[in-house]
Amino acid sequence: MKHTTQLPDRRPVRDRTGAATVAAPPPARTTARRRPSSQQWAAWGFLAPVTLYLALFYAYPLYRNIDLSLRNYTVRSFVQGDAPFTGLQNYLTVFDDPTFAPALLHTVVFTVVSLVFQYAIGLALAVFFTQHFRLSATLRALFLVPWLLPLIVSASTWSWMLNSDSGIVNAALHAVGIGPVNWLTSPDWSLTSVILANVWIGVPFNLVVLYSGLQSIPASLYEAAALDGANAWQRFWRITFPLLRPVSAITLLLGLVYTLKVFDIIWIMTKGGPADSSTTFATWSYQLGFGNLLPAFGPGAAVGNLLVVAALVFGLVYMRVQRKQGLS
Amino acid sequence: MLFPVYWMLNVSFTRDQDMRKSPPGLFPTDATLEGYRAVVDQQLPYLGTSLVIGLGTVVLTVALAAPAGYALAKLRPRGGGLLSFVLLAAQMIPGIIMAMGFYAIYLSLGLLQSVPGLIVADSTLAVPFAVLIFTAFMSGIPGELLQAAKTDGAGAVRTFWSIVMPMSRNAVVTVSLFAFLWSWSDFIFASTLASGGAHQPITLGIYQYIGNNNQEWNAIMATAVVASLPAAVILVLAQRYVAAGVTAGAVKD
Repeated sequence: MKHTTQLPDRRPVRDRTGAATVAAPPPARTTARRRPSSQQWAAWGFLAPVTLYLALFYAYPLYRNIDLSLRNYTVRSFVQGDAPFTGLQNYLTVFDDPTFAPALLHTVVFTVVSLVFQYAIGLALAVFFTQHFRLSATLRALFLVPWLLPLIVSASTWSWMLNSDSGIVNAALHAVGIGPVNWLTSPDWSLTSVILANVWIGVPFNLVVLYSGLQSIPASLYEAAALDGANAWQRFWRITFPLLRPVSAITLLLGLVYTLKVFDIIWIMTKGGPADSSTTFATWSYQLGFGNLLPAFGPGAAVGNLLVVAALVFGLVYMRVQRKQGLS
Repeated sequence: MLFPVYWMLNVSFTRDQDMRKSPPGLFPTDATLEGYRAVVDQQLPYLGTSLVIGLGTVVLTVALAAPAGYALAKLRPRGGGLLSFVLLAAQMIPGIIMAMGFYAIYLSLGLLQSVPGLIVADSTLAVPFAVLIFTAFMSGIPGELLQAAKTDGAGAVRTFWSIVMPMSRNAVVTVSLFAFLWSWSDFIFASTLASGGAHQPITLGIYQYIGNNNQEWNAIMATAVVASLPAAVILVLAQRYVAAGVTAGAVKD
């Protein structure tokens, strides 16, 4: 609730100059808003730095990356600038690579499983925190910690906790009579381990967003439901969950776009290994471009571009959903 | 949820000889500061570099994003909608892609392993987000105020500087916070653009530490604790800005 008051919505009414316009329909509003061209110049004067910046530091690197993926680049050709154009060859190389299928599968599993757990735990905690108790605000703030820590810190902490011989996790399992698990060094467990760490990192984001979504559900609905004799589970299932749907959709979509590109955690914990068992597109791309002594920039860029396409597709869905919600 | 953080603290105080004890000690009974001594001896330059890069990123981000937010929120430029769209889309681009593009460009410009190079690269993490935050905040500034300034003869620049900026203090804090935190935590640009250079940030410091030395986990965890200090300070001093930023990033209105 507090957050929304801090971030005021666009308030067209207040922008009005106080002239006689009363609640004009949207199309008419734009014509009424047309300002003198001097203001257009001022506006674009203020926007010029960011526009230039976007062109130089987003569009150009992206362009270079596409160019990179269409040529046969080596470190030497970077310096001499004589990389031959090879068309889609790099993409074909990537599709044929034995790493392709596992990387695709791992990316999907990593993303979907992370999302489901992040959302479920985040929602459970958000509902829990709606019951105000002493220190609930402080505790909620503390729960943000995993999200604020540098990823290298969380990833190395998890590495040590999951250490086969001296890790606390195996010690705890041992205490309940389960044998040691080679979390990071066994191909059967490495993907689980990085998902575990990623869920931990992603829960706070879900918690905060869903909590603020819960705040906007009117309390009167719950009072009415309680009067009608609905129990806690019914109140959650019939009121909270449906009314939270728009916020949930945004949270999940944004989580999807972010999880798709997770690199640091996996790279730091397992480097995508052992034997590619935790490789995703993001780490594979890095591995190809920077992970070897002989870099394969072309294929690396090709893998990266596939990732961009995936991210942008879901990104567009996200924007559509958000726009639709903005209208309704 | 908080156990890993506790564990990081615990291990950072544990003595070398107790590190591989089974079962691991739940409390640092014979607490040692060896780990922190190692941080002071070995990691200070990395921390300094990260601090410079973080502050540089903050300045660059605010300088670029605040005027843009003002224009988008209040001056209604033609094409502003498209620009907002591009900014949203920019946030979806995976870091690895940006890193490769930057690597290719920096290689030809000779900007690899340089602090300004890293500042620019790190700012790409925050700028689109920052513009959207500024736009959202500045939309809430009453139009009457700006109109009054105009009537008094203030131009757009003066209005921006004397009215909009002072009123946007909260937005500046939120944006600076995130810009600093993201650049402080950045690993992908650091490892691709600064690796092996004279100026390496703390994320690389820890990374190399793990690589070269997987014995002294107390030193590694002590470095991790020190590297987490900005986050801890930010959380204590400015938690409401953090919550505002997270929410604004996800749900625009």
